[in-house]
Amino acid sequence: MWGIMRQRAACKAYHALNLEQGIRAIALRAFSSSAKQMTVRDALNSALDEEMSADPKVFIMGEEVGEYQGAYKISKGLLDKYGPERVVDTPITEAGFAGIGVGAAYYGLRPVIEFMTFNFSMQAIDHIINSAAKSNYMSAGQISVPIVFRGPNGAAAGVGAQHSQCYAAWYGAIPGLKVLAPYSSEDARGLLKAAIRDPDPVVFLENELLYGESFPISDEVLDSSFSLPIGKAKIEREGKDVTITAFSKMVGYALQAADILAKEGINAEVINLRTIRPLDRSTINSSVRKTNRLVTVEEGFPQHGVGAEICATVVEDSFEYLDAPVERIAGADVPMPYAANLERMAVPQVEDIVRAAKRACYRSR
Amino acid sequence: MAQLTHRTTAFQKTLSAAILSTRHLSTSPITVETSVPFTAHNIDPPSRSVETTPQELLTFYRDMALMRRMEIAADSLYKSKLIRGFCHLYDGQEAVAVGMEAAITKKDCIITARMFEGEGRFDALYKKEGGFYGGHGIVGAQVPLGCGLAFAQKYSKDENVTFAMYGDGAANQGQLFEALNMAALWDLPAILVCENNHYGMGTAEWRAAKSPAYYKRGDYVPGLKVDGMDAFAVKQACKFAKEHALKNGPIILEMDTYRYHGHSMSDPGSTYRTRDEISGVRQERDPIERIRKLILSHDLATEKELKDTEKEVRKEVDEAIAKAKESPLPDPSELFTNVYVKGYGVELNKSLLELDLTNLSRFSVEQSLVLFSNIKLTLLVIDCISQSFGADRKELRAVLP
Repeated sequence: MWGIMRQRAACKAYHALNLEQGIRAIALRAFSSSAKQMTVRDALNSALDEEMSADPKVFIMGEEVGEYQGAYKISKGLLDKYGPERVVDTPITEAGFAGIGVGAAYYGLRPVIEFMTFNFSMQAIDHIINSAAKSNYMSAGQISVPIVFRGPNGAAAGVGAQHSQCYAAWYGAIPGLKVLAPYSSEDARGLLKAAIRDPDPVVFLENELLYGESFPISDEVLDSSFSLPIGKAKIEREGKDVTITAFSKMVGYALQAADILAKEGINAEVINLRTIRPLDRSTINSSVRKTNRLVTVEEGFPQHGVGAEICATVVEDSFEYLDAPVERIAGADVPMPYAANLERMAVPQVEDIVRAAKRACYRSR
Repeated sequence: MAQLTHRTTAFQKTLSAAILSTRHLSTSPITVETSVPFTAHNIDPPSRSVETTPQELLTFYRDMALMRRMEIAADSLYKSKLIRGFCHLYDGQEAVAVGMEAAITKKDCIITARMFEGEGRFDALYKKEGGFYGGHGIVGAQVPLGCGLAFAQKYSKDENVTFAMYGDGAANQGQLFEALNMAALWDLPAILVCENNHYGMGTAEWRAAKSPAYYKRGDYVPGLKVDGMDAFAVKQACKFAKEHALKNGPIILEMDTYRYHGHSMSDPGSTYRTRDEISGVRQERDPIERIRKLILSHDLATEKELKDTEKEVRKEVDEAIAKAKESPLPDPSELFTNVYVKGYGVELNKSLLELDLTNLSRFSVEQSLVLFSNIKLTLLVIDCISQSFGADRKELRAVLP
């Protein structure tokens, strides 16, 4: 485990794409006094490694997880370390191997099923929802399903409509599932460990563009027993004027927006949701009760999105505290375009978040 | 109703034991021939001669009579609206269940489709410690799940197998072939059992499958076609399949069987097949009749004794139904139980107890479940992780354990 991390410690410079420029700036923000940095990729790899080492029932299954070392290298080195019985390469048959994973979980194993992207999870969605999420309820607690479905979610760069959808809202609607969306390396490590240890089915939504990003990481996070609680959001930046909620890559954008707003005298509080289901309504509402204004940010389609649920929950539980209408920033209501300029318009940008926050503060333009 | 599963642990042998003790015959072996030879694909079929004992014959008779009685009872319970949802009757197909049960152990897993919701709990339709992993409502899903059970058995080095049951209707599902491919690649101890009753709902097999030779559909996976109305053929095939699967990986068993009732209770079963066909099968191939003839020809019981067995079985079913009718509907708090596994997630903040609990409907901290309505929540106080809601979220909320 430590060997793998030492190999990566000498991080090569990662040249960010245009869409990622914001994230690099945020990565330099110091969250703790430690100087160690870790990429999200390494965080996920080390979490998998440690959990597989700790529990022989944990195994990984998916396309190219073994000999290819992982389509995005998340499972690099694990085949050599744990062997082909525990790191299982599958044919391109999502419905089949997702079902096999759920069946193995019925029996008591702890599978980690990788989808090369969550777009392909739609081929297996019946097993995620009907075979996994509902089983504990339908069997009155006899059959629990300690499975993790993980993989990149949402838009990458220039991959087009069929490879860019965000599934947070879809899976977040299902009782019986837990849905996690890490942002930083600390999130990635802590939440993946929690997901693997959790007895319920967990959908773990990563982000391809974050894999190469480095974040500072403390010794506590590097400890093999580290994990983060499921269902607890993190206040990334405290503020008092407006609450901005975000998850995954959008957290970086929200933090950038908060910096820009600060120069204009608006002190934004940024909440990193970390968990989509169960949603941390209490942290969100407490924050809005303090700031009195809300902007939700997500990458996915706007209708029936995560932001819609957050807005509804705040209107229901904290209506008297709102000083302005709730604002939603989301992906455009179109299939993801391929042309770079149109793609840029289809995904939220930092200026969109800034603009919405100003509207919420009645300071447009 | 809920107590009667195909894998009943303690069946009563009262009458059959009494019969046999008077004849001192219970364990002396008998050899029976299956009705027809096995048809095989990519494998050498097992022998037609099946070893059995008088005890087993009488047990088969009793178990099948019990199942038949149960299906008829389910029919009338459904019609009197005590069973809700869908109800798919199995009468005619008893030999498959009974023959399979005789060939396997509790550590082998079974997974199937078709379930119905009884009054009361449906936890009896899953029985994990008996190796029964439930009836699944999504046609075809149970096959990859069954291959997953087999994967786990192999991973854990248990020397057991999984029987993944499906019908001729499900046999064309893509996920079945995806799972079978992986089962064959990885030599999983998975036995795919196609209960071919020749009709997928209202669609005859020749209208649904270009090749209805389901035992051959595995292509590179060996298969066996079995007379599913002959409990001994089923038993022999399952034994054979278990030995094969443990050494060589997956195998397909096609059980040629027949259902007398329609697909579900709203289906008379006669718009897509003739009544002559149904009565013809009942006369010539009925599984219970077959065993009855064997018992009588081997002089193991008299007609009267068999009739008494049927009466006994009927009484048992009636008693179970009476008991099920008495059992109450679930408590309203059960709406929110088992969404997640118990004991994880929430630490209920004690300040919740001090809140204004007007118009409270139910409150039970001991069950780690709180239902409350019309409470002015001070959300800063509540540090709960998992909330759930009823139809009116202001009226009914719960904190999930």
